[in-house]
Amino acid sequence: MLELQNICRSFSGREVLHDVSFSATRGQLTGFVGGNGAGKTTTMRIIMGVLAASSGTITLDSAPLSSPARSRFGYMPSERGLYPKMKIGEQITYLARLHGYSKGQAAVRAEGLLERLGLTGRINDPLEALSMGNQQRVQVAAALVHEPDVLILDEPFSGLDPLAVDEVVSVLNEQASAGAVVLFSSHQLDVVERLCDDLIIIGDGRVLAAGEREELRTRHGTLRYELGTGSDAGWVRQHPGVEVDDFSAHRVIFRAETDAAQQVLTEALRRGEVTNFTPLLPDLSEIFREFTTDAYNSESPDTHVKELQR
Amino acid sequence: MTTAQQTPRTPLADGPATLLVAEREISTQLRSKAFIISLAVMVVFVIGGILATSFFSSDDDAAEPVATVALSGQADALDSAGFEPQPAGTMDEAEELLRDGQVEAIITSDNASPTGVRVIGLNTEPSGIADMLAVAPTTEVLDPDNAEGPLRAIVAMGFGLVFMVVALGSGMMIVQNTIQEKQNRIVELLLAAISARALLAGKILGNSALALGQAVVLAAAASVGLMLSGQQEVLNMLTVPMLWFVVFFIPGFVLVAAMFAASASLVSRQEDSGTVITPAMMLVMAPYFVVVFFFDNTLAMTIASYVPFSAPVAMPLRMFFNESMWFEPLLSLAILAVTTVLIMRLAAGIYSRSLLRTGQPVSLRTALSRAE
Repeated sequence: MLELQNICRSFSGREVLHDVSFSATRGQLTGFVGGNGAGKTTTMRIIMGVLAASSGTITLDSAPLSSPARSRFGYMPSERGLYPKMKIGEQITYLARLHGYSKGQAAVRAEGLLERLGLTGRINDPLEALSMGNQQRVQVAAALVHEPDVLILDEPFSGLDPLAVDEVVSVLNEQASAGAVVLFSSHQLDVVERLCDDLIIIGDGRVLAAGEREELRTRHGTLRYELGTGSDAGWVRQHPGVEVDDFSAHRVIFRAETDAAQQVLTEALRRGEVTNFTPLLPDLSEIFREFTTDAYNSESPDTHVKELQR
Repeated sequence: MTTAQQTPRTPLADGPATLLVAEREISTQLRSKAFIISLAVMVVFVIGGILATSFFSSDDDAAEPVATVALSGQADALDSAGFEPQPAGTMDEAEELLRDGQVEAIITSDNASPTGVRVIGLNTEPSGIADMLAVAPTTEVLDPDNAEGPLRAIVAMGFGLVFMVVALGSGMMIVQNTIQEKQNRIVELLLAAISARALLAGKILGNSALALGQAVVLAAAASVGLMLSGQQEVLNMLTVPMLWFVVFFIPGFVLVAAMFAASASLVSRQEDSGTVITPAMMLVMAPYFVVVFFFDNTLAMTIASYVPFSAPVAMPLRMFFNESMWFEPLLSLAILAVTTVLIMRLAAGIYSRSLLRTGQPVSLRTALSRAE
């Protein structure tokens, strides 16, 4: 398990991370969500050791992070970068060799990975000759080249088409089920929602929420209910403590506290047939919006500056 | 993944990592067309330059065609004096040859002249021809250094130029490479695997090997040029200083490379590189100007041969003219080596501290400060 405790970091006197603490477990995908300038990239760079934290500790399996442990981290930086003019096969081989593979092993590994990511036949092309999406795949291969123990991926899906997303996801899942910690940030909330078991929401340099996805969904956002009835359900509008979001002849979606919702159900049963009654969990984008709106509302004048300087 | 989890590999130690980085630098360069073409052009220039110089300067050795009129018995003597006599029957015939430009002058016997010969030119006094006919005493110079003036200047320029061209060329490669790695953020991936020190060392090692290779190729080209043009003695005189030049070149270039890499690591965009590398550029060009301006000023050359930046050019030059005591090159080499080690340490500090800072150029003070 990768654990961050009270990580703080300031840039020229301005604190951009305040007591960031969270953990990412082995064997599952952990999503890291937050708005622009929330501190995702900074946090990831600190985990990688590319940036030093002002204070706080990071532990891996309860041991403080050492540089040999870090060398088994796979990293995909937010700004993509490999040698533009170098053949992609050679680049990945080179990176594998830097991680300690022998020349032969490295070449085999590079070829295998690139094929796995759908780049068969492009191995002898220079990076700059590939499309953006394909360059992104090469970048993923670069992060995976040394069978990392911990994967830190900054926006791994940005710029990928749905097919490519699926390919990358299946590779990441393999890594996770082999026991790796996989932490990735993303703006694409639908992807995060679909993939992640655990979720961390960060805003304005603070962890706003962290935990299992389902738990977060029940705990945050507004709970809504869907009620299907045999007869007209117009009466629900008049029920105290209920706010109707959507209404059609036999179906109503409403927001209410648990008690009020139960009363609505009782009333519906009294009035006749009930075809369904389902609590609707908020989706991630709603939770995300809730948090970020809060963050924006309590925005201090220098938040903008922070964002610009990120 | 494709293979089962292997035994955890130990990350690459600094030594092998350095070699690997160096290998990439070298193979990338050797495969770049620009590098090969510029080296080929330089080789052609060196060989061609030497051949052309010797061709034009030895033009005078060709026999001068002259027309001879009524010059019995003395024709053989003319042959050995470097003429190509063309006997003409009459004065008119000879004059025609001269006017046609087939001969340079007419030589005829003249009893009125103290030498018994008269030389006639077309529109200028044929003093060159007269000189060739003259009997001259054997000449000798007491202070041979003065006589070596032109050669001295040429050798000084040669060493200076080779050092400057190669150091600037390879230095700029290091600058471009460093900034490219920083700009593309590949440096973040590299540093996840190896230390900044190993990355810097590999970069310096690789580019130094390339630069040295270029210097050796150019030296070989110069030797070939000298051999082809038959200037064997000059070549013999140059061999030892050239070897010393190579010996000095190694620490000298490492010094330059370290400066360029550290300077380049301060910025993250090629456009910003201009200002930060100017100091390093000046230091690389300095030895060339020093030797070109002061090559016959013994005091200035002695000082230059101990200053680390100009020593790689000035010291071999002084050795070429036997102006140095046996221990001087060793002392100068030691000074150079110590400076190089110090600068490399400084450079490693700057490099590791500024490599991961992107955006605005990093100020030297920040790069040198202990913080972070």
